[in-house]
Amino acid sequence: MKSLEPNLTPHSPNPADAAIVPQPAAKFNLRSLMQGDLGFIPVILTLALITIYFQITTSGVFLEARNLSNLTQQIVTIAILSVAAVLVLLLGEIDLSLAAVAYACSAIMATVSVYQGWNAGWAILAALVAGALIGLINGFFVAVLRVPSFIVTLAGSIGYAGLLLVVMGAQTTLVVRDPFIRALAPTYLPAGWGWGLPLLCLGLYALGVWYDQKRRSQANLPVKHPTQLVLQLLGATAVVVVLIFLFQSYQGVPQAVMIALGLVVIAWLILRKTTFGRHLYAVGGNAEAARRAGINVVQMKLIVFMSASMLAALAGVMMTSRSTAVATQISSTLLLNAIAAAVIGGVSLFGGKGSVWAVILGALVIGSLDNGLDLLNQDQGVKNMVQGGVLLLAVTADAVVRRAGFAKGKK
Amino acid sequence: MANITSSPTSDRPFVKGQTPRLQLKNISKSFGGVQALSHVDFEVFDGEVVGLVGDNGAGKSTLVKTMSGAYTPDTGEISIDGQPVAISSPQDSTRLGIETVYQDLALCDNLDVVANLWLGREAHRTLFPGFFRILDETEMEQKTIEVLKTLDVKIPSVRSPVASLSGGQRQCIAVAKTILRQPKVVLLDEPTAALGVAQTRQVLNLILRLKERGLAVVVISHNLHDVFEVTDRIVVMRLGKRIRTFETSQTTPERVVGAITGAETEEIEA
Repeated sequence: MKSLEPNLTPHSPNPADAAIVPQPAAKFNLRSLMQGDLGFIPVILTLALITIYFQITTSGVFLEARNLSNLTQQIVTIAILSVAAVLVLLLGEIDLSLAAVAYACSAIMATVSVYQGWNAGWAILAALVAGALIGLINGFFVAVLRVPSFIVTLAGSIGYAGLLLVVMGAQTTLVVRDPFIRALAPTYLPAGWGWGLPLLCLGLYALGVWYDQKRRSQANLPVKHPTQLVLQLLGATAVVVVLIFLFQSYQGVPQAVMIALGLVVIAWLILRKTTFGRHLYAVGGNAEAARRAGINVVQMKLIVFMSASMLAALAGVMMTSRSTAVATQISSTLLLNAIAAAVIGGVSLFGGKGSVWAVILGALVIGSLDNGLDLLNQDQGVKNMVQGGVLLLAVTADAVVRRAGFAKGKK
Repeated sequence: MANITSSPTSDRPFVKGQTPRLQLKNISKSFGGVQALSHVDFEVFDGEVVGLVGDNGAGKSTLVKTMSGAYTPDTGEISIDGQPVAISSPQDSTRLGIETVYQDLALCDNLDVVANLWLGREAHRTLFPGFFRILDETEMEQKTIEVLKTLDVKIPSVRSPVASLSGGQRQCIAVAKTILRQPKVVLLDEPTAALGVAQTRQVLNLILRLKERGLAVVVISHNLHDVFEVTDRIVVMRLGKRIRTFETSQTTPERVVGAITGAETEEIEA
């Protein structure tokens, strides 16, 4: 990378006064906020509206620490499954087998744990390996044989639901006895971990932002306005501190929530900071261009489908831990909720657009509706109708924004 | 090899001994019963822009695809700087320093200019020595600005997604992308098609920049106005043959049109 074409660079001592008008400090306004790391404002407003509505109608129960702690633990499975959905959606594909994979893999874990007496670590590993194999099958049909992922994973979802029944045998539920597996989801972290881990992450984030700014200004590139950076960091810190206070005022930070957040952060780092992530977005944006740039599209798809199925297996493990049992009846809303969480958070169904942070906001919207309607003693029918409506709105917004973007891009 | 003037289809008064950057000799290619190219010679020199013109089906695209490695010719030989080379795939062609910008540009609309320019060859740095290789955005952004500056390409920001750029800007980004690979020859397929006046000017300006940089440039175009503005020589193809070569400065669009349509039959040399 160091030796850029020698005959191209001779007379450019200061790159910043180049073709691009230099902006020593980028303008700081609402627009830059919307385009930057805070592009989620519409979803946050939606979430705020939902919160206010339920806070009033449940006369204050909704925002109680106990309920919020509950709510966040309710959405862990959806959130992890949704991270998987995001990876696949970014590629411009879809995976409709995620829920079935989660159930089938957790059934495998439960079976080897209960009947074979495997210890928790091996049992969970078995679930993850099963997930990887299933992902390999999905990926093989999609990437190598080029069958539309919609069909492959739809067929897969039926097949893996069948696998679930085969693994479970005659029983409809299998209760897991292993104490480690049972403790995964319902455990609360001790205060030291609960405060320490998130604050450490925040510190590293701040350090990263500062280092990045330093390198950019050394390289004479436009840097963000300090005010914006400070606000950004303060905002993030405020959200984290308030959340931890809430958790601590009940029983502490739930371990399951921390695991889900950790997965989101890892996925975000991989997507934004590594070549693999960049190439994933490129394949989702224009697979042909990516192929011509030397990216191995087939391998990329295989890896993504495998990762997605492994994440689904992990979601299944967390789900089993929370309910202490595996059931043969696959939740009818789980898959759509996972995909909806991604789309509500702004991940495009058409590939290449969106951030994995979408998962948290989307899962919160869905979880809040679920939780709030429960508090109001609404039955499943009403919940389904409301959630269907919200999903439709989110997808419509995606389509409309995409059209607007194209109109702008073409001219 | 050194004596280009012996080429029957070339009427350019070459300096004796000057070696073309890229030369194709006696290239033939047929698809089934259709003879797409028959015994075509072609050459382009350093710091030269050659316009490749001809009616639809004249064989321009086939010829360019032969150079870019998309097609393998049935007969004939290709040489770079006088050295015979084998081009049997687009990768071969890229490795030999031949870059092609196709009409569809092959840009990822969802990525910004920097990401597009460096796609497939990103710069890295390590967080801790030895592991955690992450993208070096600063390095890539800096080099992007340098390249765009040397090519005199003007865009609002290197961090804006390519989807938000105009057609001319997108074309320029596609060309700049090839420049990062330090090519010897750049092939442009209809670079000004479907562009407005100002955008066309931007792209033509870019082509002249490439020439200034000493690159050999081949431009396929239907637009004779644009061809006359940037090229040094114009090669006319007709029915799979190279029938005429003009010095751009010593001819008129009317004569070129005549050659394209076959009206100037008495002047056909091949």
